[in-house]
Amino acid sequence: MAGAVLAVPAIGFTTVYAVLRFANFAIAAHMAIGAFAGYVVNAWLGLPAWAAVVGAFLGAGIIGVASDFIALRPLRGQGALTVAIASIALNLMLENAIRFGFGNAPRNYAIPLVRDWTLGPIRIGPQQVENAVIAVTAMTLLFLFLGLTSTGKAMRAVADNPVLADIKGIDPERMARFAVGLGMGLGGIGGMLIGLDTSIDPLLGFRSILSVFAAAVVGGLGSIPGAVVGGLVIGLAEELSLLALPATYKGAVGFLAILLTLSFRPRGLLGGRAT
Amino acid sequence: MTSYLIAMATFAAIYAVLGLALNVMWGMTGMVNLGLVGFYAVGAYVSAILTVKLGWPIALGMAAAIVATAAVGAVTTFGLLRLRDDYLAIVTLGFAEVVRTVAENEIWLTRGTDGISGIPQPLKAALGPDFNPAYLVFCLVVLGVVLALVERLRASPFGRVLRAIREDPQIAAVAGKNVLRFKVKAFAIGGAIAGLAGALYGHYSSYIVPEIYVPLLTVYIFLAVTAGGVGNNWGAVLGAFIIVFFLESTRFLIQVIPWLSPVQLASLREFLVGLGLLLVLLLRPRGLLPEPLPKLSDPAARR
Repeated sequence: MAGAVLAVPAIGFTTVYAVLRFANFAIAAHMAIGAFAGYVVNAWLGLPAWAAVVGAFLGAGIIGVASDFIALRPLRGQGALTVAIASIALNLMLENAIRFGFGNAPRNYAIPLVRDWTLGPIRIGPQQVENAVIAVTAMTLLFLFLGLTSTGKAMRAVADNPVLADIKGIDPERMARFAVGLGMGLGGIGGMLIGLDTSIDPLLGFRSILSVFAAAVVGGLGSIPGAVVGGLVIGLAEELSLLALPATYKGAVGFLAILLTLSFRPRGLLGGRAT
Repeated sequence: MTSYLIAMATFAAIYAVLGLALNVMWGMTGMVNLGLVGFYAVGAYVSAILTVKLGWPIALGMAAAIVATAAVGAVTTFGLLRLRDDYLAIVTLGFAEVVRTVAENEIWLTRGTDGISGIPQPLKAALGPDFNPAYLVFCLVVLGVVLALVERLRASPFGRVLRAIREDPQIAAVAGKNVLRFKVKAFAIGGAIAGLAGALYGHYSSYIVPEIYVPLLTVYIFLAVTAGGVGNNWGAVLGAFIIVFFLESTRFLIQVIPWLSPVQLASLREFLVGLGLLLVLLLRPRGLLPEPLPKLSDPAARR
């Protein structure tokens, strides 16, 4: 179930990569933005969890499009590496903007704790079930959008072959904005889901960034179904690692998965272009 | 005040060495290393563990740090160099995080979050209160030597190949250069310099702890190199001194805006670092001292 939660921000990261062809490190800050946007809707406005998820998507998506337009778009001509480095600078700014407003102390959503369900020897947390349901719903909506709407199809066309898409009259700038909004919005939902499971603070996204990257790389950078598979694989691997390693090494699992994937199957499980 | 200035100059010199390390990998060869702080940490820990636990002399500890980080640089990149540079960025970032996690958890080796204290400082007993200025001179000498070496590297045929790889690896390969081998070497050299910087820091502060080695430090060095001029070694040194000055001057913000809480001030400082890097990239991407490139004769103009 942790895998389904991980898949959501991984899809966000991979979507931006598929259309814009650079690793956008600012996904970490947008996960935190989503978590805090959801917090504002839930704890300050008193609305239920589903409304908070919508708030997380919109908050992270809108800030994603705006910050990309101001900070990263002018640099796109200078190559993927320059934009990636700029996205780190942007990430630092956004995380610290949250820290400036909300402080470092962890916060919790105003959602009542529910006792774990027990089925014989198995214990299941209702919150985790709910998170998995939210994650699966978000992913289903995304696949419907990509498969059925003309904007979704256009986005896939740009990801597949930008030159051809341009010839067909698809506006690449418009698609870039769409991809960033969608990707960062999904990052925001992912951040909120992680926050529902634990607590939220400005570095929430950054702490899980290796797992998110790992999910995207294992599945194949730029492949949305790949990110789903990658998320499940990494989520499962991290849970299983707890049997053999201390919990603090969870992040190292993602790193190891990245190294193994790149050594043996650089295109990932459902791979796009790697070289 | 003098001792404060000496401390800051020492930090700046160490950051400048780090800046030169990044310049070899990123500036000259075009390979991004988001895990620079990991190399810095490995250098510091190798030298600290060898001198504290095994009683090695400081010079040998530092040499071991250089060798270890060179090896780490070669190994971590070897399998990845055929791939797009984005992957290198992701992997190096992960590498630094894993180094910090290991330093926090392998208590038998690194003493975990308590850190390693009592790292020997060279000639501390003999110098007494003169240790700090003497160590600053030592750091400046090391910086000068490293600067001279990487400047020679830049001007050498080897450096020319690195630049060719940065501009277009395919053309370098067509010209008969083994791109992979050059990239591994550049990363090993850069890694070794970063490891040296780490050892320099450890034997100065005499105390290292995992929380020093956060990704923010890598961002500082990126800002230093970008502001100074990517590819220009003198620029990397200038940039390091500028960033230390900038970071230290923002400490005095508290006197200007006293109504902010310490957390808000800290976040404002980091925000300004990010903003600085972004503004340099947007407005002056070639930095204060742009890389000196050979003038190309334009075949059209000759006619």
